[in-house]
Amino acid sequence: MIPKIWDWLTDPANWSGADGIATRVQEHLTYSLIVLAIASLIALPLGLWIGHTGRGRPLVSAANAARAVPTLGLLFALALWLGPRLSGDLAFTAPSIIVLVLLALPPLLAGAYAGVEAVDPATRDAARGMGLSDGQVLRQVELPIALPLLLSGVRAATLQVIATATIAAYVGLGGLGRFLIDGLAIGDYAATAGGALLVAVLALLVDLLLAGVVRLLVSPGLTGKQSRRRRVELSAAGLSPIADAT
Amino acid sequence: MTWISGHLGDIWRLTVQHAVLAAIPLVLGLIVSIPLGWAAARSRRLVPVALAGTGLLYTIPSLALFILMPLILGTKILDPVNVIVAMTIYTVALLVRTVVDGLGSVPSHVDAAARAMGLGAFRRLVTVQLPLAVPVIAAGLRVAAVSNVSIVSVASLIGVSQLGDLLVDGYNRDIPGELWAGIVGCLVLALLFDLLIQGLARLLTPWLRADSRSSARRLALADAPRDVGVAA
Repeated sequence: MIPKIWDWLTDPANWSGADGIATRVQEHLTYSLIVLAIASLIALPLGLWIGHTGRGRPLVSAANAARAVPTLGLLFALALWLGPRLSGDLAFTAPSIIVLVLLALPPLLAGAYAGVEAVDPATRDAARGMGLSDGQVLRQVELPIALPLLLSGVRAATLQVIATATIAAYVGLGGLGRFLIDGLAIGDYAATAGGALLVAVLALLVDLLLAGVVRLLVSPGLTGKQSRRRRVELSAAGLSPIADAT
Repeated sequence: MTWISGHLGDIWRLTVQHAVLAAIPLVLGLIVSIPLGWAAARSRRLVPVALAGTGLLYTIPSLALFILMPLILGTKILDPVNVIVAMTIYTVALLVRTVVDGLGSVPSHVDAAARAMGLGAFRRLVTVQLPLAVPVIAAGLRVAAVSNVSIVSVASLIGVSQLGDLLVDGYNRDIPGELWAGIVGCLVLALLFDLLIQGLARLLTPWLRADSRSSARRLALADAPRDVGVAA
């Protein structure tokens, strides 16, 4: 079986064209990006606001509880209800995109909320005491400290979207899921497994990329990973970094 | 509604299959995660490695993992074992972190006391650390259970029967009643798993219950310092 999958993966004919691997990868990434952009615009400001003001916490719990709804059921229910009301390509893509956005919301919301919520109240008070306005506290203090948890929410949401976009091929969405769903439908295991391998590799690569982004974005003051030069400067000034002391 | 009343037998059969496909991986996953998490928690360098390794497994989309299982296991694509092993992998990915956190939540003075009493590493784990880690592990298990119940329904796409069949069939034949029966069935099952794990966790941690129930008694004791002195 494995040689057959290898043949499928390495056959140039499978890579080019409107239904080739290259196009499908591009579709998969485009849908995922659009979905994550929409979901982030909704959930991240909301999560930060809930964490900052402490108001609307039940919303976070409700979003978490909603995760128990089977993704497959949500996808089919919306496709069945919305599909006939739309025309053309939109009938196939719109329900999937909406479901993917809905699925991306809870992890994004929870990450942003938990990140701000976890900020040490003393830090927040110190920032206020220094004369920072409410908005400044949120942007300059809470957001940078919340970033690791917020970004782990983004990572979770991204994986969820990539995985569910695969399944959404069943209701007509493009992307790599086409190989899996169409392959299963016609009993072509080489294409099915080849597609599955590609999806798995895509998810792994995107996650590794995001892990790298997290490393770049998170303040070294939080990770304790100060640059060597900075440590030397600090210790020369008699300021031993706290991270080393503990 | 008419669809549901005419198919109660099918719904029940699929619900039981769904419960089995979601529950076996939970148990297997817990059995695998405890030694893994324990080994990782004992060595500080191993923790990030163990978490990154299991985290990578979790990144693989469910449908892809189901499809790739026959390649790794040598099974047939329709074999439910594919789903059980794949779900076990997801459960381990979630629970290793939980076990590490749970064992980390054990107060160090308690562990030190157990060590001073001469308990070896294994007995400390089984009789002291794991019981105290139950609340944290149960919380992780609840997340895994809810996620498992949802993901198992995807197995219908590779032809393994459970409540997901109602979703697929309801969609394909445009029977909203069937589709909703599948969704509600999954929700009820997730809720049942959640309640069951909460109940088990309560049974396993009687001291936590005693704490909340006897808070009135403790208040009364606080008024009588002599008694507390004796107890201490």
